[in-house]
Order: sequence, then structure tokens, then C-alpha cells
Amino acid sequence: MTDLDLGPVWLTLRLAAVTVILLLVVGTPLAWWLAHTRTRVKPLIEAVTALPLVLPPTVLGFYLLVLFAPGAPLGAAWLGLTGETLTFSFSGLVLASMLYSLPFVVQPLQGAFEAVGRSPLEAAAVLGARPLDAFFTVASPLALRGYLTATVLGFAHTLGEFGVVLMVGGNIPGRTRVVSIAIYEQVETLNYAQAHVLAGGLLVFSFAVLVLVYALNRRYPVHTA
Amino acid sequence: MKNFAFAVALSLITLALPVRAADATAAVAANFAAAMDRLVPAFEQTSGHRLTLVLGSSGKLAAQIQQGAPFDVFLSADVERPAALQGAGFAVPDTRFTYALGRLVLWSPDPQAFSDGATYLAAGEFRHLAIANPALAPYGAAAQQTLQALGLWSALQPKVARAENIGQTYAMVAGGAAESGFVALAQLAADAPGSRWPVPLALHAAIRQDALLLVHGRDNPAARAFLDYLGSPPARAVISALGYDLP
Amino acid sequence: MKLDCALRVSHPGFTLEIEETLYLTGISAVMGASGSGKSTLLRALAGLETPQRAHVTLNDWPLHDSVAGLCLPPHRRGIGYVFQDARLFGHRRVLGNLNFARQRARPANGGAPALDAVIAALDLSSLLERRTQGLSGGERQRVAIARALLANPRLLLLDEPLSALDLGRKTELLPYIRALPGRFGIPLIYVSHAVEEVAQLADEVLILDAGRVTARGEVHEVLERPEAEAVSGHFEAGVLLDARVRRQVPEFDLTELDLAGQHLTLPRVEAPPGTPLRLRVRARDVALALARVEGVSIRNQLQARVLRIDAEPEGAYAEVLLDLPGAEPGRAHLRARITREAAANLELAVGQPVWALVKSVSFDRRDLGSPERNQG
Repeated sequence: MTDLDLGPVWLTLRLAAVTVILLLVVGTPLAWWLAHTRTRVKPLIEAVTALPLVLPPTVLGFYLLVLFAPGAPLGAAWLGLTGETLTFSFSGLVLASMLYSLPFVVQPLQGAFEAVGRSPLEAAAVLGARPLDAFFTVASPLALRGYLTATVLGFAHTLGEFGVVLMVGGNIPGRTRVVSIAIYEQVETLNYAQAHVLAGGLLVFSFAVLVLVYALNRRYPVHTA
Repeated sequence: MKNFAFAVALSLITLALPVRAADATAAVAANFAAAMDRLVPAFEQTSGHRLTLVLGSSGKLAAQIQQGAPFDVFLSADVERPAALQGAGFAVPDTRFTYALGRLVLWSPDPQAFSDGATYLAAGEFRHLAIANPALAPYGAAAQQTLQALGLWSALQPKVARAENIGQTYAMVAGGAAESGFVALAQLAADAPGSRWPVPLALHAAIRQDALLLVHGRDNPAARAFLDYLGSPPARAVISALGYDLP
Repeated sequence: MKLDCALRVSHPGFTLEIEETLYLTGISAVMGASGSGKSTLLRALAGLETPQRAHVTLNDWPLHDSVAGLCLPPHRRGIGYVFQDARLFGHRRVLGNLNFARQRARPANGGAPALDAVIAALDLSSLLERRTQGLSGGERQRVAIARALLANPRLLLLDEPLSALDLGRKTELLPYIRALPGRFGIPLIYVSHAVEEVAQLADEVLILDAGRVTARGEVHEVLERPEAEAVSGHFEAGVLLDARVRRQVPEFDLTELDLAGQHLTLPRVEAPPGTPLRLRVRARDVALALARVEGVSIRNQLQARVLRIDAEPEGAYAEVLLDLPGAEPGRAHLRARITREAAANLELAVGQPVWALVKSVSFDRRDLGSPERNQG
């Protein structure tokens, strides 16, 4: 019997944190664009962004496995750039998780930006604020709730990721052996006691994070324009 | 209430009578999939029974059986799991037997990858090596034993990617995610291109693959018939041709 | 300040087409019914909307030139804007909103409004630490105006800033707005569909109808025209008169005014003698007599001379344009709406001296406005 290994826990937390931070960086411009554009291709882009919501994780994982393979263009490019494969690596998991949790970050942000609307931005512009300035000093503070929701959802969703990791992770301890895979393995090998510890710990942690966020949300209410 | 009881009694009697043709569900270790592709049609044709397959890793299937999965027959890739099931009372007594001996093979789709597997592994000039999860799949356990016997297990840890079952192991290698991996000989077509190194039997415990009749299938004629068929000469010939050794 | 403005903005439903040169000094008003294009014009000037074709220069400095492919974005035009809905930043307190503008203010070539001056001018000192969500409508607009000023614009546009407010708040805010050009040296363009506001604030007015300028000129003169009637609704045709407070009559709570040498009384106005007042007199509140009438309740009887008689095309009425002797020609008119029958009966003719009876009661208090706000 294996001793209780908390490695997967820290790995999973790191994965979720890195994923959500990168998604906030990448997702904010995307959400902003979606909130303000009137182009005809907007429904297409929105559909693509929402795909991970409806695709079974194993489907996503399967296609990622194909795309990440060192022989495929993406996998080969990554290999050339970093000397590391996308499959069976932490970076690969981050990239996969970013795709998997994309709508959970982009949609709350898009909704928040749409709720802010154009009015405050026009007001800022006629006061001399450049577009980027207006984004940071007016739109973002007004959209704070959206950022909070996006962060919590993105983080929590990545914590629970299983199907995708199963396909592209390779279950390598310390690198891609996340909690969900470890729990699965323990259940399969009938080590229920350890499964309880890991699963229970994950549940308690997620719950605590959510309570904290909602409590903060109450203390700092939404600012209407 | 009386009518209901009568209906139940009638159905039970009906079920107990030997029927002409029946359906059974077989839980089969993933590595045996190719063999089942040949065996099942032959069986169905000769017996008139129908067989439904559920494929997976031995560990997962065993766990599901313990949780009450409605399988009639279990074809494992090892001995331990059927033994455990028998001990826990999920199997019909005296129905367990070894139907095949598995052969482990180190394989890469690239013909230039290696000629002697041991040297290749020792050199370690590859990024990833795929094996089935030793905790869940007997072929994975055998792969671990092989690497341990070669003294390479700790050294290769960071490069070893664990698949959920032998089928996924094959997919990882075939798709190029791992340059090579330990798969079942039965998974490789006889003339498939690539490099292959049949692992010497001395390096790992024999992969005895046991089958047994589960409690759920106790009164299922199709289930019993299939197990009989599995041990019969025609079936054994097929099994052997596909890359298994015979007990 | 010279504003050269040639614009064409197409919306589904109407097209705004303007070609005007405006000389902006104090408050210039743009009046029109809803949908006439007033807001569109203002937004186009500020750069918030993009005209199909435009050539706009401010003191010959180009803001938009579609031929040359130049279009300055709003944050670079140096034009302030006060929105109808204030649009204060909810995530900052009042002082924070003001500082937002100060931090991005146009570099001051002397004379940028000082924070203290603006706070004083708009009475904001008690509001600085308040959250914007808790402010009343009038308070919000005052903050919005202050914020716009602190950005140091060369020109301030106000888009119906009072339309969302009730009567009391409007009356309260008008003096603040009236004082802005004098106090801060910034010209205003004020958009409204309410005649009362324009009458009290503006020096010059443009009338917009269905996207086109139909009248333009000094407030006095334009508001007397039939085009203004169309905008302000029927029965509102009238005149604006400049009078001065002469003395108070405390026994009867009345104030006596001097109008081109003649006297008017109206219900008490709190203002010291000498204060100039702008009055509005509706045509329907003026009756005519051939001689001064004794024994009648109407106390305000003014000597006047008939300039013109216009019979209305349909119906029983006619409008008589009168002028007051003692006033500069064209500076003090009166209009009287009487029946054609009365005009015939009195044998009214051009040049004839008559007496205009103006009902005291019909000096509507909200028509009272002052060209300059009292200091002190």
C-alpha cells in the first residue's frame, strides 16, 4: 500500500492557480472584445469559446492528445521552442486546462463588461482618459464582481479536471499526477481510506475558498455606474 | 398482492428453465480485446447465444464487480483480481481457470527506434516511456517488474507515463506521445511495422490471465457456455495465434 | 471661440445635416423636439459618434476632417460633456470623481479651473466624501458639471442635463449653469427641448428640426418666431423682455419693475433694486385696449404701438405684434393674441397707439430668470 501522498494536492493547486492566472491575462482581452464588438463573426467566436462547456472532457482530451503529440504541428513547435513535449508535462496540462476552463473565465468577464456598458467609457473619454486608461481605472473596477466570479470558477473547475488530464497527463508523479487522478486510482485499487482523505480534503478546501469569496463579495458590493 | 407474487413466481420458474438462446455480459481486460473480436462471433455462431462486452483495466472491472456491476463473466489480465473476487464471494466456486498467458512487448512504431530493448532502455535516450498503471493493470505491473529487474525503475521514473489501461498505453505509443511503451504482444498485428522487443519471461512474473463465472451469471447458460468455449481447442488455437502463450 | 461645423450623420430614420459657423462666447443653446438631432449633434462634436461626412474645426484647429481622414478621438478633443444621466463613476466617491478629471486635465495654458473654485461654484463642499449612489438627481448633475469643468475643456457641451430633474431641482441648478462662462471663461453649448431653460440661460440659440437648422440667432429674437412655437408647443408663443427691479411694495407683497420707462408690478421677487430680470410674456396673456382702462383688475397696462397684425390661417384668432415706446427699436416687443373680430371691432391698424393689458397673475414664476446671477 502506498503511504498517503500529498504531492498531488500541491500539484493540483499549482495547476489551478497557474491556469487561472494565465486565463485572466488571456481571457480579459477576449472577453472585452466580445463584449464590445459588433462584427458578424461574433456568434462563431462565442460558440468556440463555449465549446469546452458542452464537449465531454474525454473528447477534448482526445483531440488535445492528437494536437500535442510531438509529431503534430503544435506539439512539434512547442518541442522546438522549449525542448519539452506538451504531452505528459506540466506545461501541457496548463495549456489543456486553459482550454478546458476557458468559458468559465471568459463568460463571467464578458457578462461583467457588458453590464458596465459604454456609458462609463464615454464619460471617461470625454474627461481625457485614453482607452487603456479607461479600461484600468473605470471599466475594471466596475467589473470587479466579474473578475471574482471568473477567478473562482476557473480555479474550482480546474481543480476538478479529470477526463482531459487522463488523456494527456500520463499520471507522472510530481508533474501530472493531479488529485482527481490519484483519487480515481485509489478508488480503483480499493484504497478507500486514502481516497476519502484526498477527496475530502479537496472538498473542504474548495468550499472554504468559495465561502471566502462570497463573504468578500458581500463586504464589497457591486458598484453601479 | 397475490397477483404480483404469482407473476414473480412465474418469471422465476421461466428463468430457471434451460432456454434455447440467452444473453450474457462479459467484463474483459482490455488487452484481450483483439482476441475477443475473433472469439465472440465464432461463439455466437456455434452456440446461438449472444455476448456483450465491457472492456477495461482489470483493476477497474474488479472494483466495479465489487460494487455490484451486472457482469456475468470476468476475463481478467491477472490472477490476483479473480482470486480476490472469489475470496470475497462474488464468484461461483470452481469456475476459475487460466485462459491465457500474456506476453509483454516493448514496442515503438518507428522501425529505427531500437533492436535490443534492454540496451535502449538503459541508454535512456527518449523522452517518454508508456506503461499501463501498475496499480490498475497487470501488464503495467509486469512492465514495472521488468524495469526493476533491469535496475532502471528509479532512473526512468520522470519519463514513465502511466496510462489508465493497456489500450490507452497502446494509443499513447501509436499516437507518438511516447516514443515507445510496454504493450501486450496480442495488441500488435503480426506484420505491424516498428521495433519490438519481446520481454524475456525471466524478467517479470508470469502474466496469468484468469477467467471466472460471476455470481450474477450463475444461472446464465450463455455465460457458462462461453467459459466452456474459452477453454476449448478452437478457442485456444485462436488465442495462441494472437500472441498469447497457453497454459 | 469659433466653431466651424459641417456634419452629416445618417441614422435609420433621419439624417442630421449641418453647416454652421458658431461664435461661442457665453451660452449657446440648441433647441428642438425629441428626435430632431440635438444629442446627435452634440455627440458628433464630442467625438462620441462618427459622422458619415464631417469637417469640424475649433478656432481653426481640426477635430474631424473626413476628406483628410482625420478624426480625433474624444479624449483628445479637449471638449467637455455633461450627460443627461450624469454618469458619475460609482466606484469612486464624489471627490474621487473630481480628481479623476483633474488628473487627466488638458494642460492649462493659464486659467484652468481650480478645485476649490469649482467646489465653491457648485456648492459641493458637503458632498465630497459621499458615495455617488446616495446623491439626489440635482446633486449628481452638480458633481457631473464640476467634474467636466475640472478636465479643463475649451468648450463644454451639456446634453439636456436638467431633463431628468423635477421642477424644484431645475430651478435650483439653472443659476449654477448660468454663471459658468463668466466664472470660468468656458463657453457652453446647451441642448434642451424646454423653452424655459433656454430662455433663462442662453444668449444665442439654434433651432433644430428633423436634422436641420431652421432658425438661428439671438435668444430674444428667435423665441419670438413661429419656428420657436413649433418647438415649444402651441400657446407658448411669447416675448422676452428685459426689465429691472425698481422697488419692493411690502404691503401687498409686490415688486415694481422698470420696463423701458414704464412700470410693471408682479408678485414679490427677492432681488434688490437695480437687479436686471428677464421676463417672458405669453401672447395669450396680453389683451388690448384703445385707452387706459380704469376699474379693472389688470394692473399692468403698458403703452404700445401696433407694428403688425397677423391673422392665423385657420380659426378665430390673430396675433398682434406691438412695440414699446421708450425702448430701443426691436428690443422690446409684445405680442397679443386676440380674436379677428376684436381686431376688426377696435379698428386696429399698423402704427396705432394702444394700451397692452398684461395680467399680473400671468407672470408665471418659473418664467422669471436673471441674465446674471447675484453675487454675494
